Amino acid sequence: MRKFEDLSAREEELRALAESEVAPHASEIDREQRVPPSLIRALASAGVFRSGFPESFGGWGDGGEETVLGHGLMHEALGAASASVQGMANVHHMAGSALTRWGTREQKQTWLPRMTAGEVLGGVAITEPNVGSDAAAVETTARGVGSEYVLHGTKTWITSGQSAGLFVLLARSADGPAVFLVPREAPGLRIEPIHDLLGCRGYMLATLILEECVLPAESLLGKPPFGLTHVAATGLEWGRYNLAWGCVGLGRACLDSCLDFTRRRRQFGNSLSEFQLVQRIICRMMTDVEAARLLCWRAGSLRGRRLPDAAKETIMAKYFASQMANRVASEAVQLHGAQGCGPDSAAARAMRDARVMEIIEGTTQILEIALARYAYRDRAMGGEK
Amino acid sequence: MPGDSTMDPIRTFLARSFEGRQLRDDEDIFALGFGNSLFAMQLVSFLERQFGMEIDSEDLEMKNFQTVRAIAELVERKIGVKHEEV
Repeated sequence: MRKFEDLSAREEELRALAESEVAPHASEIDREQRVPPSLIRALASAGVFRSGFPESFGGWGDGGEETVLGHGLMHEALGAASASVQGMANVHHMAGSALTRWGTREQKQTWLPRMTAGEVLGGVAITEPNVGSDAAAVETTARGVGSEYVLHGTKTWITSGQSAGLFVLLARSADGPAVFLVPREAPGLRIEPIHDLLGCRGYMLATLILEECVLPAESLLGKPPFGLTHVAATGLEWGRYNLAWGCVGLGRACLDSCLDFTRRRRQFGNSLSEFQLVQRIICRMMTDVEAARLLCWRAGSLRGRRLPDAAKETIMAKYFASQMANRVASEAVQLHGAQGCGPDSAAARAMRDARVMEIIEGTTQILEIALARYAYRDRAMGGEK
Repeated sequence: MPGDSTMDPIRTFLARSFEGRQLRDDEDIFALGFGNSLFAMQLVSFLERQFGMEIDSEDLEMKNFQTVRAIAELVERKIGVKHEEV
């Protein structure tokens, strides 16, 4: 397993990028509920959309321990600067990973070079008004008509729905769950923005309404009935990995902010950092962030080496990191006092953003079910790994 | 009929996935209700790592993953193709 030090130069580079390009916009993104196009262009120039994609299509690589860990560090850096930007990069990569893994040569050649260049942002469309965790129950239908598919249904809470140029969309076909590549300009696709979310307000969420949306047969990604179990699952698994790292970034940013603030802030004649109850909170935050980071590191190491237990470790990392983000962000608000409740408070924004993390890419409860199954399985095999 | 050198690692992996249950080589995995996405992707990772091959879109057929024997046949077909290409 790689050590932290092996990637320290890369980590420094990514943090500098996020701090200079993203962090200055974080408050504005939250307030305006959008990621400015100029920032998307800057991130594209910096290569953010190349991470996690194969080199043959302009990416920075999509396999190997170092590459996968480096990809995680990028999400940590983005998550520390802005959860909204991390979310945009996350769904872009989720869509791209499903396409990379299961796409035909033509599909990859059509989309991946534009995605890695940041000309086309990717989005993933699974959730529906009546379907959340139970993705197998999607109601959007795909009907084969001659050499085309006709899609009908509604997808909602779709991250980057307002900006993505390509959606990886799960539907129900006569042969079972099927995934389609749906360009933004597909006939019969209407997009309605969603505003005023609790957190992650720059996710640029939208509802996608498909009314007799006609797609050529070559829009099918993978094959039914493997649309959910293999194609969408590939994106979801990467989504959990990316998000777990994003949560580590969010937690670290909260911790750093609290360390600075409690040193600066004086009450009762002392710096807050001198009070032992404050020190206890700092200690808990630090340990929480570090524990989540170690779980992410382990998940990345296993993913990079393509070990079967990578799926379990990724779930565990997301499960812990998203809860950690909530604990740490809440403590950050507490330590910042009234300032933490202010209109432009980074701690308050982190607390609202963190709340979303326990819901997306598998709710905490769904992940608990999965992890418990793994635990019983491992026990039945006498702890064999 | 696939060889034991292909079948044995698959049998072991499936037994581990299904809490020690030993499947018959022709037992329908999906009919037993084991076809969830976590298992599916783990199986893909396992096969690719164990046998040094890549499962791609063309291989996504129910008949390729239905039984231990079917999986082993897919593996041997893929490895065979790979060898021929080399």
